[in-house]
Amino acid sequence: MAAYILRRLLVLPIVLLGVSFLVFLVIHLVPGNPAQVIAGPDAPPETVRAIEHELGLDRPLYYQYATYLARVLHGDLGRSLRTKRPVISDIADALPKTVELAVAASLLTPIFALPLGILAAARRGSLLDRGLMLVSMLGITAPVFSIALALMWLFGYTVHLLPISGYGGPLWTVAGLRSIALPAVTLAIGSVASVARLTRSAMLEVLNQDYIRVARAKGLAESRVLLRHGLRNALLPVVTVLGLQVAYLLSGAVVTETVFAWPGVGRLIIYAIQGRDFPLVQGIVLVVATLFVLVNLAIDVLYAFIDPRIHYG
Amino acid sequence: MTAPSQRVTAQVQTLRARALRRSGIQEISRRFLKDLPGMIGLLLIVLAVLAALFAPQLAPYGWNAQDITNRFAAPSLRHPLGTDELGRDILSRLLYGARYSLVIGIAAVLGSFLGGTFVGILAGFYRALDSVILRCVDIMMAFPGILLAIAIVAAIGPGLFNVILAIGINEIPGFIRLARALTLSVRDRDFVLAARVVGAPDRVILVRHILVNVLPSMLVFASLRTSTAILVGATLSFLGLGVQPPRPEWGTMVSTARQYLAIAPLTFVFPTLAILLVVIAFNLVGDALRDALDPTLRT
Repeated sequence: MAAYILRRLLVLPIVLLGVSFLVFLVIHLVPGNPAQVIAGPDAPPETVRAIEHELGLDRPLYYQYATYLARVLHGDLGRSLRTKRPVISDIADALPKTVELAVAASLLTPIFALPLGILAAARRGSLLDRGLMLVSMLGITAPVFSIALALMWLFGYTVHLLPISGYGGPLWTVAGLRSIALPAVTLAIGSVASVARLTRSAMLEVLNQDYIRVARAKGLAESRVLLRHGLRNALLPVVTVLGLQVAYLLSGAVVTETVFAWPGVGRLIIYAIQGRDFPLVQGIVLVVATLFVLVNLAIDVLYAFIDPRIHYG
Repeated sequence: MTAPSQRVTAQVQTLRARALRRSGIQEISRRFLKDLPGMIGLLLIVLAVLAALFAPQLAPYGWNAQDITNRFAAPSLRHPLGTDELGRDILSRLLYGARYSLVIGIAAVLGSFLGGTFVGILAGFYRALDSVILRCVDIMMAFPGILLAIAIVAAIGPGLFNVILAIGINEIPGFIRLARALTLSVRDRDFVLAARVVGAPDRVILVRHILVNVLPSMLVFASLRTSTAILVGATLSFLGLGVQPPRPEWGTMVSTARQYLAIAPLTFVFPTLAILLVVIAFNLVGDALRDALDPTLRT
């Protein structure tokens, strides 16, 4: 297993390098000449060429990438075209808010999904089970923006219970909790639905096993059977999926933050795109992708610890 | 054995093999057609396709026919689903909107299905290509969810074709990975070995043996990813990065409905229902296909 971790760590720089190159490449797909844009439409060609030279745009692509990479490794992600602040400061302000939102949604998910999944499995085929499966199907297939707007309408307009936009304060304040409630629930609904389904099918598979039959035959209370013997073994695929939820949360956050005006990187990237602020877009994509790679690596390592039966060949 | 009886034995074996294979496909089709949710999904998809194809004939009004005096009308006989902020008939706009959702979903997935299956099979079959392709796939999958699609659209601009391109590229790594994994599991089977021993050229093995066995699972995957593609298309349009207003893409319609949520929630409800129905339809069909191909997977 140490060999597996070592291999993953060795591959890591290659993947990150590839990610940075892909980000660099995508932004270079932008049509038009940035030097022309900066110079203005009436500028003489010499001025445009001078700006091109200053920005290094007249150099070959691999050279431009190398300079970009060198700057990135020194922490310089460029300057936002709108705010003129370093991109990295804008991201540093917004990223913690997104992390806060993702963490809140991640905490909500097992709290609701596990009991619902276990319940559905325990009462298989019943009205409750079918009802839960139907509702979870809606939760998975409904677009995040629709869930967001539905919750906004319900709790913001109809019953004026919760704020529908903005950041109220850190999590330990009441105002903070109230403002994070709707966005966090919006994000959580999709993952609660899929984790509940997964828990149910994992539990069903486990409950068919012999050791469950033995436990019941021994006369253990049903709750003991379900939780101590059933859930423990069913948890493994659930943990895997909880790791996959990170991807869903990061991308779902874009929509949720936009709808609820939550000041995270999701909303920031949309603003940046609308404002054609390419350094900022590039910086956000790079940071988020890098974060995602690191989080995945951590989850994979954790997973290897949790189930010693897994052999990574 | 004499030559004639050898020939007879070979013929009997071929007939038997062909009979088994035919009954396999028949068996699968029978199971698929018996799956009620799958049939419902198929029906919904057919309805959506009909709506998209015959929108000009079916829609009572044009998709951009404004009637400002009749804004936010409640559902009535004249406007079965009401009107939006510019007095346009919502039902007509939904019917035309089906074109966008279906084209986006099907075109994007078709592209990534074709490209991904091709590259994935090659990766699974030729070890030399494998590590390079796998590394590229890992790099593309380093972008969570729709981030890559957003980045591409940010660079090349909004619009129908760009959205299809962005979603197609976003989906390719998934198809490559699946095709590769399936190819790896089929590659070492006996019949492939036998074909090699007989001296069959690579391209024959790839098509006749590998592709044929890889295709069914890829089709199931494609069906499920179509629903995701439709969702992503609607999301990109909602964010203003996809199909632009006044075009009646369902996600775009929800985006405009957002401003008037307090006064006219129905303008939000109907496009959402449309998206839900089509997405669930493709999910149901995908699930039914998967169950038909391997009933042992059911829970």
